[in-house]
Amino acid sequence: MGNTSSMLTQYDIEEVQSNCHDLFEQQEILSLYQRFCQLDRNAKGFISADEFLSVPEFAMNPLSQRLLKMVDGLNFKDFVAFLSAFSAKASLRQKVELIFKVYDSDCNGKVSSKDIMEVLRDLSGSFMSDEQREEVLSQVLKEAGYTSDSFLTLEDFIKVFGSSGPEMNVEIPVD
Amino acid sequence: MSSTAGKLVTWKSELDLDHHNLEDYLPSGSSINEPRGKLRLRDLLDISPTLTEAGGAIVDDSFTRCFKSNPPEPWNWNIYLFPLWCLGVVIRYCILFPLRCITLAIGWIIFLSLFIPINWVLKGHDRLRKKIERVLVEMICSFFVASWTGVVRYHGPRPSIRPKQVYVANHTSMIDFIVLEQMTAFAVIMQKHPGWVGLLQSTILESVGCIWFNRSEAKDREIVAKKLRDHVQGVDKYPLLIFPEGTCVNNNYTVMFKKGAFELDCTVCPIAIKYNKIFVDAFWNSRKQSFTMHLLQLMTSWAVVCEVWYLEPQTLRPGETGIEFAERVRDMISLRAGLKKVPWDGYLKYSRPSSKHSERKQQSFAESILARLEEK
Repeated sequence: MGNTSSMLTQYDIEEVQSNCHDLFEQQEILSLYQRFCQLDRNAKGFISADEFLSVPEFAMNPLSQRLLKMVDGLNFKDFVAFLSAFSAKASLRQKVELIFKVYDSDCNGKVSSKDIMEVLRDLSGSFMSDEQREEVLSQVLKEAGYTSDSFLTLEDFIKVFGSSGPEMNVEIPVD
Repeated sequence: MSSTAGKLVTWKSELDLDHHNLEDYLPSGSSINEPRGKLRLRDLLDISPTLTEAGGAIVDDSFTRCFKSNPPEPWNWNIYLFPLWCLGVVIRYCILFPLRCITLAIGWIIFLSLFIPINWVLKGHDRLRKKIERVLVEMICSFFVASWTGVVRYHGPRPSIRPKQVYVANHTSMIDFIVLEQMTAFAVIMQKHPGWVGLLQSTILESVGCIWFNRSEAKDREIVAKKLRDHVQGVDKYPLLIFPEGTCVNNNYTVMFKKGAFELDCTVCPIAIKYNKIFVDAFWNSRKQSFTMHLLQLMTSWAVVCEVWYLEPQTLRPGETGIEFAERVRDMISLRAGLKKVPWDGYLKYSRPSSKHSERKQQSFAESILARLEEK
């Protein structure tokens, strides 16, 4: 009788909701919890890198290793907070912030051209040479008024993305 | 699934034929596939398509869905039905279960008391011995089916013993094999199991001509392939049964069929098996429970209801590859049993996807960036 989702009390749900700026409905939290328990195979309370990689669609993602550093070992509350940027209700700033964090791998609050190069390398693999990548990067940086030595902050990112924010919505399946 | 309007791209199957259909189903790289004018910093920094895919995969993915147990809907939800449900529990555990254990024990006693002497006495008379052994194996499987009150309906003509044909079926649990075996003694290709199942495999089922392999051992693949060919060409052999998915799926989906069974140059007879989840979920989640626990679960439920369809035999069409043939047969089975098709290789349960898949994404990304760079 009963199922895993009933283990969350109203209080728990509200706490999780406030931790993710109320970007998810109660039903969505419940179905995320089911998913969390499913991925957390031996009920440790967090999802390990290995368990994330057991999802082939995730393991195939070119950015999976980079994302793993961000999601490895998250508890349910932080797991939901991480996913909240994918909510359709999330603001442009929240979405850009997630993108910024992906670039800012050393978490120092600024993104150097080296950081961008690394992401570019993950995304293009062996299909672009280092020279090509450098050429692309220096060209677009120059056009946007930066040089290869400049550091981009979150504010710069928001400015670059402008009013048309990134399309980054994931629907939570609610059954 | 991600909500981006991912454009489905069909890749020429030049890279990896075994996974040729995978990209048809998955949202590909992104919307950056089509050059949209000059490349800007924003376009380069915008990794949202890739992130959306990753986020979508974390939230839900079709692979994990294939192996999710779906417990039957609880019906003991109100105060009037609850006592009735309790009564049901008492009947199931205290009356039905012991009766079923006795049935199974009787079955085993009859089986062993005949099987062992016959194996001994009729050493020289292979044909007669095989015939009797076959009847005995069918009988013990009937006892197994009876032990969980299997209500099995068979549709279509019963399999016949002929050379150059293989039977393929979708796979939900080891009980598939028992359900099919009680009608016709098949020789089956199975993963080698530990414990008492392994003992049965190496003693009794061996005599039916079953073939064992170890999934993790690469050299086993070649040995099995050779044994397969020998078996199919043999005249006096049992019909061969293969579960081309290679792993148990929860009977709502079908995963990719391994092409081995379809490249034997013989007739393929599809069998579709659909379990009714009204009393118990027949899916054997081998990660969560042992086969013994799975059997106990079946033996303490009211009944296992299932339908078996023997479908029309198929042969390789001219110009068709083994993979296309496998897909065609998978279509037939999925349609008949009402299963959804997913493009995954079931072996991903045990291993990580090859880097080829992410390389393909990288390639499309790199191509679009380079194409846009040249547009001035």
